[in-house]
Amino acid sequence: MSNEVVNPRRRRLLAITSGLGVVGTALAVTPFVLSMLPSARAKAAGAPVEVDISKIESGQLLTVEWRGKPVWILRRTPEMLKSLPEVDPLLVDPESTVVDQQPAYAQNVPRSIKPEFLVLVGICTHLGCSPDKRLEAGAGSGLGDNWKGGFFCPCHGSKFDLAGRVYKNVPAPTNLVVPPHAYLSDSRIIIGADQRGTA
Amino acid sequence: MEKLLAWIDDRFPLTKVWKEHLAEYYAPKNFNFWYYFGSLALLVLVIQIVTGIFLTMHYKPDTELAFASVEYIMRDVEWGWLIRYMHSTGASFFFIMVYLHMFRALLYGSHRHPRELVWLIGMFIYIALMAEAFMGYLLPWGNMSYWGAQVIVSLFDAIPVIGPALSEWLRGDFVVSDATLNRFFAFHVIAIPLILVALVFMHIVALHQVGSNNPDGIEIKKTKGADGLPVDGIPFHPYYTVKDIVGVTVFLMIFAAVIFFAPELWGWFLEPDNFVPANILQTPSEIVPLWYFTPFYSILRANVYNFFWIDAKLWGVIFMGLSIVIFFFLPWLDRSPAKSIRYRGKMYKTALGVFVVSFIILGYLGTKSPEVVSLFWFKNVFWVQGFTVLYFAFFFLMPLYTKFDKIKPVPERVTWK
Repeated sequence: MSNEVVNPRRRRLLAITSGLGVVGTALAVTPFVLSMLPSARAKAAGAPVEVDISKIESGQLLTVEWRGKPVWILRRTPEMLKSLPEVDPLLVDPESTVVDQQPAYAQNVPRSIKPEFLVLVGICTHLGCSPDKRLEAGAGSGLGDNWKGGFFCPCHGSKFDLAGRVYKNVPAPTNLVVPPHAYLSDSRIIIGADQRGTA
Repeated sequence: MEKLLAWIDDRFPLTKVWKEHLAEYYAPKNFNFWYYFGSLALLVLVIQIVTGIFLTMHYKPDTELAFASVEYIMRDVEWGWLIRYMHSTGASFFFIMVYLHMFRALLYGSHRHPRELVWLIGMFIYIALMAEAFMGYLLPWGNMSYWGAQVIVSLFDAIPVIGPALSEWLRGDFVVSDATLNRFFAFHVIAIPLILVALVFMHIVALHQVGSNNPDGIEIKKTKGADGLPVDGIPFHPYYTVKDIVGVTVFLMIFAAVIFFAPELWGWFLEPDNFVPANILQTPSEIVPLWYFTPFYSILRANVYNFFWIDAKLWGVIFMGLSIVIFFFLPWLDRSPAKSIRYRGKMYKTALGVFVVSFIILGYLGTKSPEVVSLFWFKNVFWVQGFTVLYFAFFFLMPLYTKFDKIKPVPERVTWK
């Protein structure tokens, strides 16, 4: 093979053909890869949900489904609201500074539009389990005498307070998500839409 | 008959393949108990494929119908309960066989030169098997199926930048849903089985290229007789096919006993929470994967601190990934001149013992809540962290302790014990 002469023109054509082959293969693979994305139907299924909140007693929690996820509506008692600042030192992000976790109108101490009503996506920010409701303060919760009430994720032990704010030294990195929502009247809210439009 | 064979051999290397891989494949004559599990793993693969084909005749990959169709198989389909229990028990037995098969490699150095590729292909088989088991577990659409898939797919969320888009692409939806179930079905029944079978084929081709290792960890090809055949080798067929039939018989007795008397194995093979249909509003009180994943699940949960700029969630995923990936490097981490544990010193024996104990305890603790005390006085998370360190120490310290270990002289010919 020592007398083999490299023909630069053939080499160049070979390289161009191979390159085109790779591009063609990539183009052919694209539809298959894209077919695995959420379909038009899956995207459309994320329609907002209207909920009547007038029947929720103080201290009670209502779970509704939005986009296949549990959404909690908790009507907090005055004691519950009073306990919120008390746990601040134990939290990762007491001021709700991570902007992705709530709309701007819920970036406040109770993380809600009306302090009484907390609206949360009931999915742990760690690995997507739905935390248990441990709303009662004290040892009855199973989380010790100092527990002020909140949520406890059974999967990996993350803890959240009564505004869905995450405790320190648990696996979950951020506060629970407050979905976009708005009041249609005093007794009805819409989840998944707000003044800025549908989420 | 001979004419027919000649006709075929002219067109397809039938006799050649038969001789090369069975009748004239020379395997060391000193194989022992640990050499059953390769062929038994192959047997389970066949059982899984055959039972799987028959299950797909009745199963419906639809969130509205899936759970009921499994119950239909269990109650109304003729012998459906047997086929389904063979498949669900087969999944766990597959992992038992594969873990014992891998442990054999660690005992006798089967992963080391010149069998590195046999080991690497085997590791890809193991990973394909994990994907296969995970996706199959979603199909009954029980509550543990649903939330288990939710947790595992969310692991991809932890990858910086592309994570959330990647997990959305994997699910085909914003949560685990009908789209997810349908595609997991496609992967479970066709895509991954094809890959598995191809990898198993390559595993055997690579093994037969270099020849089998043996409990003495020496190369039988080094000592050849006047006929050019290894003196310590015997033809795979009939000697080892007959030996393996004994293994198959015992295996099937145990397999049948589990299927008939304890197919759920008290929650270890089929979890109680999976006899409840998926409920997207209610996570089971404890999310636990099946036993074969729990050591890695423990390592995932061991990470509860934020280090540097990486949060605990991502550390967990990194360590869990590493705990599996690190197996790939074993052939190069091991520096001992002796391959078999028979001629190794105390250091390797101790290290392997500690590793096996760590793996089992991590597996056990992976089935328990991290905040509870299951062993002595400390919370599970404390033990998990400790044994995670030991788990990784086995690998990271291996170049050291295998180098300094005192070894016994390795014989030239295989021995009998």
